[in-house]
Amino acid sequence: MAERTNPKDWKSGVSPDWCPGCGDHGVLNSLQKACSGLGLAAKDVLVVSGIGCSSNLPGFFRSYGFHSLHGRAIPVATGAKLANPALNVIVTGGDGDGYGIGMGHFLHAARRNLDLTYIVMDNQVYGLTTGQASATTCMGVKTRSTPEGVIERPINPLLLALSAGATFVARAYSMEPNDMVEVFKAAISHKGFSLVDCFSPCVTWNKLNTYEWFKSRVAKLDGASHDRTDLAAAMRKALEEDPFPLGVLYERLDVPTYESLDPTLRKHGAVAGLPLGLSPEEQEELLESFL
Amino acid sequence: MRVKDTLSLWVGGAAGDGIAAAGEALLKTFSRSGLHAYSYTSYQSVIRGGHVLLQMAAGSSKRLCVPDFPDLLVALNQDSLDREAKDASLGILYDKGRFTLPRQGLKPGCRDLGLPVSELAKEPLMQNSVAVGAAVRLAGLGFETLSALLQETFRGKSPEVREANLAAAKAGYDHAGKAFGSLGVRLPSGGPRRMVMSGNQAIALGALAAGCRFYSAYPMTPASSIMHWFAPRASRYGLVFKQAEDEIAAVNMAIGAAHAGARAMTATSGGGFALMSEAVGLAGMTETPLVIVEVQRGGPSTGLPTKTEQSDLFQVLGASQGDYPKAVLAPATVEEAFAFAALSFNIAEECQMPVLLVSDLNLSEHHETVGGLSLQVPITRGPYAAPGEDFRRYAVTDSGVSPRAVPGQKGLEFTACSDEHDERGDTISDVRCDPVQRTRMMDKRMRKLRTAAAMLPPTALEGPQDAELTLVCWGSTYPLLRHLMERLNEGGRERVNLLCLRSLWPFPWREVSDILYSSKKTLAVEGSAGAQLCRLIRQETGYYIPHRSLKYDGEPFYPGSTLAAIEAALGHG
Repeated sequence: MAERTNPKDWKSGVSPDWCPGCGDHGVLNSLQKACSGLGLAAKDVLVVSGIGCSSNLPGFFRSYGFHSLHGRAIPVATGAKLANPALNVIVTGGDGDGYGIGMGHFLHAARRNLDLTYIVMDNQVYGLTTGQASATTCMGVKTRSTPEGVIERPINPLLLALSAGATFVARAYSMEPNDMVEVFKAAISHKGFSLVDCFSPCVTWNKLNTYEWFKSRVAKLDGASHDRTDLAAAMRKALEEDPFPLGVLYERLDVPTYESLDPTLRKHGAVAGLPLGLSPEEQEELLESFL
Repeated sequence: MRVKDTLSLWVGGAAGDGIAAAGEALLKTFSRSGLHAYSYTSYQSVIRGGHVLLQMAAGSSKRLCVPDFPDLLVALNQDSLDREAKDASLGILYDKGRFTLPRQGLKPGCRDLGLPVSELAKEPLMQNSVAVGAAVRLAGLGFETLSALLQETFRGKSPEVREANLAAAKAGYDHAGKAFGSLGVRLPSGGPRRMVMSGNQAIALGALAAGCRFYSAYPMTPASSIMHWFAPRASRYGLVFKQAEDEIAAVNMAIGAAHAGARAMTATSGGGFALMSEAVGLAGMTETPLVIVEVQRGGPSTGLPTKTEQSDLFQVLGASQGDYPKAVLAPATVEEAFAFAALSFNIAEECQMPVLLVSDLNLSEHHETVGGLSLQVPITRGPYAAPGEDFRRYAVTDSGVSPRAVPGQKGLEFTACSDEHDERGDTISDVRCDPVQRTRMMDKRMRKLRTAAAMLPPTALEGPQDAELTLVCWGSTYPLLRHLMERLNEGGRERVNLLCLRSLWPFPWREVSDILYSSKKTLAVEGSAGAQLCRLIRQETGYYIPHRSLKYDGEPFYPGSTLAAIEAALGHG
């Protein structure tokens, strides 16, 4: 195990621009502690985000980063991971970014079991665009886009990830930072696609799912009575809402990652570092193949 | 009778009749016999059925194009006989046991070359092998080249199938010799074997030679054959190929791979490129080197999926919101498809910008003999940063190009940002909004267009300087116009010259202005109802091209009708 580093080393020079009290502060701090706790080197970490309040995270985090397009963090992360599997690739974003516009990419990444860590700051509302309903907004909630209340049922991201083939599925909560750090460490260490759905309340645009609301609705998952390798048990846990279980619902270690199966990566390792140009033998055989 | 040393040959049938295999056998027999050959398949987006027509020309000269009419027609079904028999000039090969040659409307002298397939082969399915054997005989070639080729083609099949097809081809070959004699054709074989490739294969080969390490794509005709070429070769040559869930994912994956330091490419057609559009600007904003191939087909919308057109020019030039630097290259030949693909990676990395390589179905999917390709291509990657105190990934420089860093390098950590950002990459879009910095960063990025312009292929007039008429084109139309120009200028005449635009952005307005404003008369030949090339030229130079031959029926330009359009423009006061 590499040595711990100081969490402060993972702060960029830029202060977060999130509202005071935003749950994303807790996620950022927890991620910095998790990376330092795991003894990772900033040079080997790539944090990729989409667009939204929470997607500003890479700017506040000192490592390599890519703040990409709305909904497209996962494809960017996929390309980077496939070009250099040695990188620890962490994807961060919000529910609008990942479960709305980027939903398709999320499910495909899960089924591929790419070794990506996907941290979603789920505040159940669009914050940066000033308060519209998202895919996880509860039924009946009045937002600026649903003045008479939401009439679509929210998606269940944990259940989606499980059904799509994710091999690590967890839920964390900004007000439980110590647990969040441990979940992040486990997710980053996991070899395969991991989803951590983080309840990260929006203090400005979500007047329903507040810290007060969550207080009586979350409870730490009882690790002793839950078999986290059992998909059906994990799905049952994912359906529980009163209270919402916090912690690791599912973890499978026996599923190979996409990278470990890709024929090119198996043979050559990280292609990003390979020298360019064809050898004389390769040139000859390629030309010959067209004769 | 004069012996013909070129042959135009059509193979007609339904999709699923094995036309591609028959065509490849003929094409490679010609190319391995030292001949030049060119083949284009007009097909439909169906797995079985429909009418498919493979049009081929072979001879000793490289100046070949899609022929107007076949000397020899190989008809694999009744429909092809009914449709195409009237156009054949020398003869028609078909299974006379199953199909009937229409007696009406044949060209004078065209011979009925009905083959008794049931006597020559074990089963009707082998009519292709019989017909190919007969066609090779009628082209005046020996059997050995075809025999060796069929041995290879059927290598994966059982010995029985291989032997039966070889025997069928030989029976067809011998029957043609005995029953048909000579058609007056003798192709001048005997030179060194030539390579055959399609435009898309040339693009993929160029990318591989240039060190492309990552290719992501979503299936879309007519770009998919790039994927089909890469996929089975990826692990051999150290390229990661990822089929994506859609084109948005494909292009963003390529951007991610490029950010991680790999030379990365994606390819699609018009509809897929529309989905990629936003990410082209992302590559521009984050200064990520990226190569995107756009192979045009008939539009708009789903349009003509298996037909050629040149109407995505504005889409490519206008891709994505906002201003950002990009380069747009359009190869006009298979050899250029190879060379430009390789060059695109150098431009992308030296200028840290998206490079769009624009082809069309005709260029990308037709096959022809090529020569003189060197897979030892120049590779230049632009500046990389060294670890130091004050790394600024987007440092403002005179050229606009800033030294790069790649994840994994210690001390050079930075975040690429799709929001406007400062020299370090920190956002200046919202709370840290800074109009002065914004202007400086935009200017820095746009300055890279100067570097790109210097790397683009040259723009020059071909043919006699003071010709009566200047032809203007781009893409796959070029080889035909070049061929027609040479015919029209035979005997030292100076009737026609030619301007083919290969570098479309940054637009070479100085060169194009010089050429067009000193021309006597101009005719644009392009595959676009909206005359997009003409409009681009007018936008960039003010020059209005009055004569236009526009084609958007899905088929390529053919020699006869194009020649008529040129003559009309020449004759026009």
